[in-house]
Amino acid sequence: MAKKITAPLTEATVKELRAGDSVLISGIIYTGRDAAHKRLFEAIKEGKPLPFKLEGAVIYYVGPSPAKPGQVIGSAGPTTSYRMDVYSPLLIERGLRGMIGKGNRTRPVIEAMKKFGAVYFAAVGGAAALIARSIKAAKVIAYDELGPEAVQELRVEEFPAIVINDILGNDLYEQGVAQYRKE
Amino acid sequence: MREIPFAQVRDTVARLCVEANCLLGEDVVRAFRQALETEESEAGRGILKQCLENEEIARRDMVPMCQDTGWAVVWVELGSGVRISGGALGDAIQEGVAKGYTDGYLRKSIVKDPLRRENTKDNTPAIIYYDLVPGDGLKITLQPKGGGAENMSEVRMLSAADGAEGIKKFVVDRVARSKANPCPPVVVGVGIGGTLEKCALLAKHALLREIGSVHPDPFYAAMEEELLERINRLGIGPQGLGGTTTALAVFIEAFPCHIATMPCAVNINCHAARHRSAEL
Repeated sequence: MAKKITAPLTEATVKELRAGDSVLISGIIYTGRDAAHKRLFEAIKEGKPLPFKLEGAVIYYVGPSPAKPGQVIGSAGPTTSYRMDVYSPLLIERGLRGMIGKGNRTRPVIEAMKKFGAVYFAAVGGAAALIARSIKAAKVIAYDELGPEAVQELRVEEFPAIVINDILGNDLYEQGVAQYRKE
Repeated sequence: MREIPFAQVRDTVARLCVEANCLLGEDVVRAFRQALETEESEAGRGILKQCLENEEIARRDMVPMCQDTGWAVVWVELGSGVRISGGALGDAIQEGVAKGYTDGYLRKSIVKDPLRRENTKDNTPAIIYYDLVPGDGLKITLQPKGGGAENMSEVRMLSAADGAEGIKKFVVDRVARSKANPCPPVVVGVGIGGTLEKCALLAKHALLREIGSVHPDPFYAAMEEELLERINRLGIGPQGLGGTTTALAVFIEAFPCHIATMPCAVNINCHAARHRSAEL
């Protein structure tokens, strides 16, 4: 049974989530991938304002395809997360509570999640047409010139994801693979 | 000399861009269904079901199955008895890619320079490989290649002394190190032989093969089968959540080799194993 949670995430919600939990996320999340992360990271370092409030926020690593007429957003599946790993610990330290992507995170990100209280969710990579159905509104709020890498505010309803890393340091990828490895 | 109009090439390429991204090949769909029967992990079966559902939505609504609509890799087989009237073949292909990605609402994923990273805004340039063949035909294959799986690819300059086991170890290890990143279940293209760049090309070209097809050389057919089995024993599974379906297929292309070398390239494709051809 999937847990229904609301974004932005509260500290209490994050504490309850465990690796392996299926979740349905409703509320407001923000898109951000490579180029946007570089800008957010530099803005923090330079003490400049950010385009959205980081405390409690969930960032979805996605660069959607363009919306066809009548669509809210184009196809919108996750991109591979490790490319954000160099930037994520600072964002987590500044209040980021959730990240949605796909693929394994490195140790510094997992440690930052434990220390500051954040979770990492995976969405199904490549299931982009299916995932787009849970996105009900989308608007570019920053870095429009980056095209598919611009930051968008998304209103999602029951966005399906699974908890990979929780605040205890559990890692669903490692647990799952260990269970089925035969060589 | 047979003439094919520039506009016909351009419009065909534009159509292939959209179709390749929205209509997954029947061989891949069949492979998902087969995997659904053999996958031991419940979570893995759930992922495979979502892949099938996603494919149906993409096909019905003509929307891209994945938001990463890829590099436009184009394979051209140009007959010696054909000329393009009204412009150059390369220009027709580039214009076709720009048109397909723009009019087809596909994502523009290409930046002008690897370090300065400004988007070209029409997904050009396409990467085009020409093969000059006898006859008066023109075959164009569009292979949209996503970035996530491309990042998990590698060429290694092995030695003859490494032998078949050296090749196998490298291929299996490359998939093992990729873990959940390239959107498993993957298709694994393997190039063996040639030079550094020829070997990489073989691996990419191998990804065009139909899933379920058997290598014509029994030696490599057996190696493909063994590699697929070993990769599926890694436990990575659909989306890396653990399971018995890490790869849908392993395809090898081998080529003559210099006496001093034995290069091996692994080109990983995500489960959106896309390609579409047209013959003009």
